[in-house]
Amino acid sequence: MDMPFIFMALMGISVLVYVVLDGFDLGVGMLMAAADEREQSVMVASIGPFWDANETWLVLGIGILLAAFPAAHGLVLGALYLPVVAMLVALMVRGVAFELRMKALGWHQQLWNWLFWAGSFGASFFQGVMLGRYITGFEAGFGYWLFAMAVGGSLCGGYVLLGATWLIYKTEGALQRKATAWARWGLAWVGLGVALVSMATPLVSATVRDKWFDFPRTLALMVLPLATLAAAWWLWRSITRIREGKGGSDWQPFLAAVVIFTLAFAGLAYSIYPFVVIDRLTIWEAAAHPSALKVVLIGAAVVLPFIAFYTVLSYRIFRGKATAGLYD
Amino acid sequence: MEDALVLARAQFGLNIGFHILFPSLTIALAWFLLGFRVAYQRTRDPAWLATYKLWVKIFALSFAMGVVSGITMSFQFGTNWPGYMTKVGAIAGPLLSYEVLTAFFLEATFLGIMLFGMNRVPDWVHILSCVLVASGTTLSAFWILALNSWMHTPTGHVLDGAQWIAADWIQVIFNPSFPYRLAHMVIASGLTAAFVVAGLSAWRLLAAAGDLGAWKTLRAGVRVGALLIPIQILVGDLHGLNTLKHQPAKVAAMEGLWHTERGAPLVLFGIPNERERRNDFAIELPYGASLILTHEMKGEIKGLAAFAPDIPPVAPVFFGFRIMVGIGMLMLLASWAGAWATRGGRTAPRWMLWGLAAMTFSGWIAVLAGWIVTEVGRQPWLVHGVLRTRDAVGDISGAQLGASLTGYILVYTTMLVAYLIVITHLARQGTAGGDHAPSSHAATAVLAQKG
Repeated sequence: MDMPFIFMALMGISVLVYVVLDGFDLGVGMLMAAADEREQSVMVASIGPFWDANETWLVLGIGILLAAFPAAHGLVLGALYLPVVAMLVALMVRGVAFELRMKALGWHQQLWNWLFWAGSFGASFFQGVMLGRYITGFEAGFGYWLFAMAVGGSLCGGYVLLGATWLIYKTEGALQRKATAWARWGLAWVGLGVALVSMATPLVSATVRDKWFDFPRTLALMVLPLATLAAAWWLWRSITRIREGKGGSDWQPFLAAVVIFTLAFAGLAYSIYPFVVIDRLTIWEAAAHPSALKVVLIGAAVVLPFIAFYTVLSYRIFRGKATAGLYD
Repeated sequence: MEDALVLARAQFGLNIGFHILFPSLTIALAWFLLGFRVAYQRTRDPAWLATYKLWVKIFALSFAMGVVSGITMSFQFGTNWPGYMTKVGAIAGPLLSYEVLTAFFLEATFLGIMLFGMNRVPDWVHILSCVLVASGTTLSAFWILALNSWMHTPTGHVLDGAQWIAADWIQVIFNPSFPYRLAHMVIASGLTAAFVVAGLSAWRLLAAAGDLGAWKTLRAGVRVGALLIPIQILVGDLHGLNTLKHQPAKVAAMEGLWHTERGAPLVLFGIPNERERRNDFAIELPYGASLILTHEMKGEIKGLAAFAPDIPPVAPVFFGFRIMVGIGMLMLLASWAGAWATRGGRTAPRWMLWGLAAMTFSGWIAVLAGWIVTEVGRQPWLVHGVLRTRDAVGDISGAQLGASLTGYILVYTTMLVAYLIVITHLARQGTAGGDHAPSSHAATAVLAQKG
């Protein structure tokens, strides 16, 4: 049994689940700036029961990196030190501001709202920067940093898309209509971002270029961008149907956004595999001692089904449209 | 290199010191909440429901502070201490990941139901959620203290090439100091929560002496405190004896004993002078230390000189220990006086309310002081006898560490101040009056209709 490969997959799944779940609540946080006070209460209510658990997926992803690929944990997080610190500070400010805004009154609430917005934006942007630095193997130089910033901006767009489609699902009336407009902007933004990253990545990394431009494999790989385009079309159409009041399920846009994220993630995973630090460290070189991998794998195999079960349970309990007045 | 070591330690110490404030409160506060929730279920007294709703907010805020500072910790293991992961990662990694898997998701997911799910799930599911959150916080203490204890008293490991791996996981987890440390920490959490509950309730009662809910929580707090403090003194003593057996240099630093002596005195107070290896201005109780540690007047206790050069910085360990014990004594006095004054439904006098309010965060100070005793007392080792702290530090530049340290200090200070203002404000508003009254009554009405 190839344990490093299994852990790579587990870590990938954790990160993908994190990106999708915390992505929607970070996106809702960024969209707070565009909403009025009453709408903000509904938006906060739509993520209140979930955000703590959503962020736990990040801890799991980093925890697997630490436990299964300790050499990579130090190397990657050491190389990403400053964006990581900025991202963590933003996440902290945001989490605390979220809890405080629900308990504060008057101008305090405005202050916490603002900090919640800023923290959500900062966390999203710096996660993108981390991704951008990671794909390029932490190369120094202005161009590489510019690329990382562009990825940061694109990820913000992606999270806005997730947040807006989440709001389409969780809200109704005027706010839902607003959310459909936000989702269109988010889609355009993320489309630009994905296109940019897809074109730039082969240029900045020879390893990635070789993996994608190798006929006839390239033809088979074209499934990924084509499927992404199809998902984007589905997303746009389902939003339009909801806007025009032609019915259509309110969960479709969110699902389509998740599909886009999953496909982009699959492309990225294909680009990087089998490296955990591109061009430097493969998953087998970075893997922890087999005895450690074995014991973690047993724990994960036993516990992850339970986690999946009660995560689904929680989303089921809080299904339906969100309303203001969360604590009542 | 030395600068980076100092900065890396300062940063990690700040981080873990800030982080530990919140788990040390929430581990036991979760059980208090379960108690409040069950009391409401049994009595259907709206004061209990309002009490639950107030304290679940304080819990959620404290929990969020713990989550966000904990995420930072999971990144700093690799960035500040890469040598730790390469040398003992095969032991530390699995224990940390078991904590994430078995505890973090449980707490975070069911907290959502505890907070917002009361009208959406049946009563038994809501109470079960309280049980699961409380079990999660306690389970998390189990795993993290297993790892921490292993770093103090490592057993069950073997060398494989350049790294240490587990030969026997049972021995790794149930290492010699683990039962004592776990009991000491969990009870410390109980005391921290008991004094926060009693103190914030007293703070409320100073503003509104007629608040029935606040009297209920005040009684709960002082009674739990009065029950736990004698147990803690006993467990603390046992933990100390265990430390004497496995980490005698730490105990020598705690007691301020520089030279090996028979019939060593108990240093009540003094200022450790590291250069001349003696205590200035010492007030001593003859034979005290020997009596406490060996249960014999003339028992021999090894002094710090016997362990040189592997001795910890003495002053922080020495003072930390005295602060911790001093607060313990204050807690004993306050909780027993409080429990006596409020026996049989009596109310406490105002001066006592002031006293309890002043002691609200005494548990935090004791926990931090105790933490400094045990962690500084372990130096220069990171894993006792296995790995030195300076061999684990990373190559992050001093400038990056300095910049991020400044950032963390600013953010943590702001967060802590905001947190304290908000929870004291919430407690001062209380449950009966203020802005929360209409909503909690409405919730009671809804529940009554459902029930």
